[in-house]
Amino acid sequence: MSMLSVENLHVYYGSIHAIKGISFEVNEGEIVTLIGANGAGKSTTLNTVAGLLKPKNGSVQFEENSLLGIPVHKIVGKGMALCPEGRRIFLQLTVQENLEMGAYSRPGSEIEASIEEIYQRFPRLKERHKQIAGTLSGGEQQMLAMGRALMSKPKLMMLDEPSMGLAPILVEQIFDIIKELNEAGTTILLVEQNAQMALSVAHRGYVLETGRIVTTGTGAELLEDDAVRKAYLGG
Amino acid sequence: MLTYLINGISLGSVYAIIALGYTMVYGIAKMLNFAHGDVIMVGGYMAFCATSYLGWPAIPSVLFSVLVCTVLGIVIERLAYKPLRNASSLAVLITAIGVSYFLQNTALLIWSSNPKAFPNLVSLPNLSVGSIQISSVAMVTVAACIIIMVGLTLFTDKTKMGKAMRAVSEDKGAAQLMGINVNGTISLTFAIGSGLAAIAGVLLCSAYPTLMPTTGAMPGIKAFTAAVFGGIGSIPGAMLGGILLGLIEIFGKAYISTQLSDAIVFAVLIIVLIVKPTGLLGKKVNEKV
Ligand SMILES: Nc1ncnc2c1ncn2[C@@H]1O[C@H](COP(=O)(O)OP(=O)(O)OP(=O)(O)O)[C@@H](O)[C@H]1O
Ligand SMILES: [Mg+2]
Repeated sequence: MSMLSVENLHVYYGSIHAIKGISFEVNEGEIVTLIGANGAGKSTTLNTVAGLLKPKNGSVQFEENSLLGIPVHKIVGKGMALCPEGRRIFLQLTVQENLEMGAYSRPGSEIEASIEEIYQRFPRLKERHKQIAGTLSGGEQQMLAMGRALMSKPKLMMLDEPSMGLAPILVEQIFDIIKELNEAGTTILLVEQNAQMALSVAHRGYVLETGRIVTTGTGAELLEDDAVRKAYLGG
Repeated sequence: MLTYLINGISLGSVYAIIALGYTMVYGIAKMLNFAHGDVIMVGGYMAFCATSYLGWPAIPSVLFSVLVCTVLGIVIERLAYKPLRNASSLAVLITAIGVSYFLQNTALLIWSSNPKAFPNLVSLPNLSVGSIQISSVAMVTVAACIIIMVGLTLFTDKTKMGKAMRAVSEDKGAAQLMGINVNGTISLTFAIGSGLAAIAGVLLCSAYPTLMPTTGAMPGIKAFTAAVFGGIGSIPGAMLGGILLGLIEIFGKAYISTQLSDAIVFAVLIIVLIVKPTGLLGKKVNEKV
């Protein structure tokens, strides 16, 4: 079943036409990745799906319901979370408060149990639960950003460059977590610069170039695709 | 000497309560609400009308004043500032000055420029300690200030809404992704700030009982100074800045010069800002990207 369906999406920043009519789908249980060079429009796409940007044209449907016109803060309650580019955790709040904010749309009685679950997945966060988030290392901040997004219990989790700025060992760890989450039933839409890693975990992928989708296929097909190899995998 | 200290702390407490409104609105909406001082004046007039025209007792009159100012704060934000959410900060500043004049002139139209004698709302006995008299107004003012400070700190540190407010002040987009209603949070901030302004208005007019349409202007500017002095955006900073400013003003008046006391206040501000540009308790913005 199609969980997220985007059709003929056009997004502008003022007069800049950033997304030029893209369409794609994410089915329940999948990991789908959007790859592309800097400025291709990956973040713009995710931000539009999450409601932060308003498209000029096109449709965004989540579980058969249109998301357009719904205020941003109501979208997370429908079961979709975005872990944004650059993490954007609340630097002046504690680790635990950041997680509480992630569960803002849920009833207070369920929050404590969810925080425990997150701490089990990310023991580092538990050790530092009272620490101000701005003092965490980059890797810990990324864990916190993912933990915070998971606190809303999303059916669809969108991740914008979760590996950005991390050491290779941490990148492996982040991708392992993404696979685990997916196996536990969360559908994933992943945006990555690290095309090699992204395509090797993804069921399907889309290649974005200057606001248009130019290629699509399974992860394995795209890894083998000559043009994709040339452009994004270093030959 | 002790009397000056008490007067200074009491005046400073009023500045602190007003400064909290400036600082909270600045923290959340990133704007200087220059009309804030005039909300104090409206608060004073509302309490005045409730007691003098309607004959209400003190507590209901104060509550009425708080209610009207809270609603006024929300309405000002919705009508004047919300449409400018994405405009330049200069446009917002000019609008705020416009709102300030609008409130003053409306007050002028309704109540004229003749000063009104503010009724005595604090009907408690003054306290005598040895040879020193502490007025009941001063005691109520300091007590109100402490209660407000503790209450606000608990609210922002412990409640879900308070934490959401801190999240919004840091990153509106990320806060929205969490499901926080940013517009609602901004309205709430204006509501709290304006409600506090009403209380400050009543306390101010109780200590200096002449009420005019321009009553709020000077305390507003001084409280803004206090907020900057303490570190704008910081709640304890507003408190500290307010109290210090009150002390400086009263001691300056007593020992240096009555005419120069305001100049001294601003001179101290300038020195503090040169030494520590973020104010006494201002946060350094440490962003990791
Ligand atoms: N706030 C903005 N105002 C104007 N133009 C913008 C804005 N944000 C992005 N753009 C433009 O839109 C296009 C797409 O940007 P986007 O951030 O979506 O790219 P991206 O694929 O996420 O890139 P990266 O891999 O560098 O994160 C770029 O040309 C960019 O310059
Ligand atoms: Mg991006």
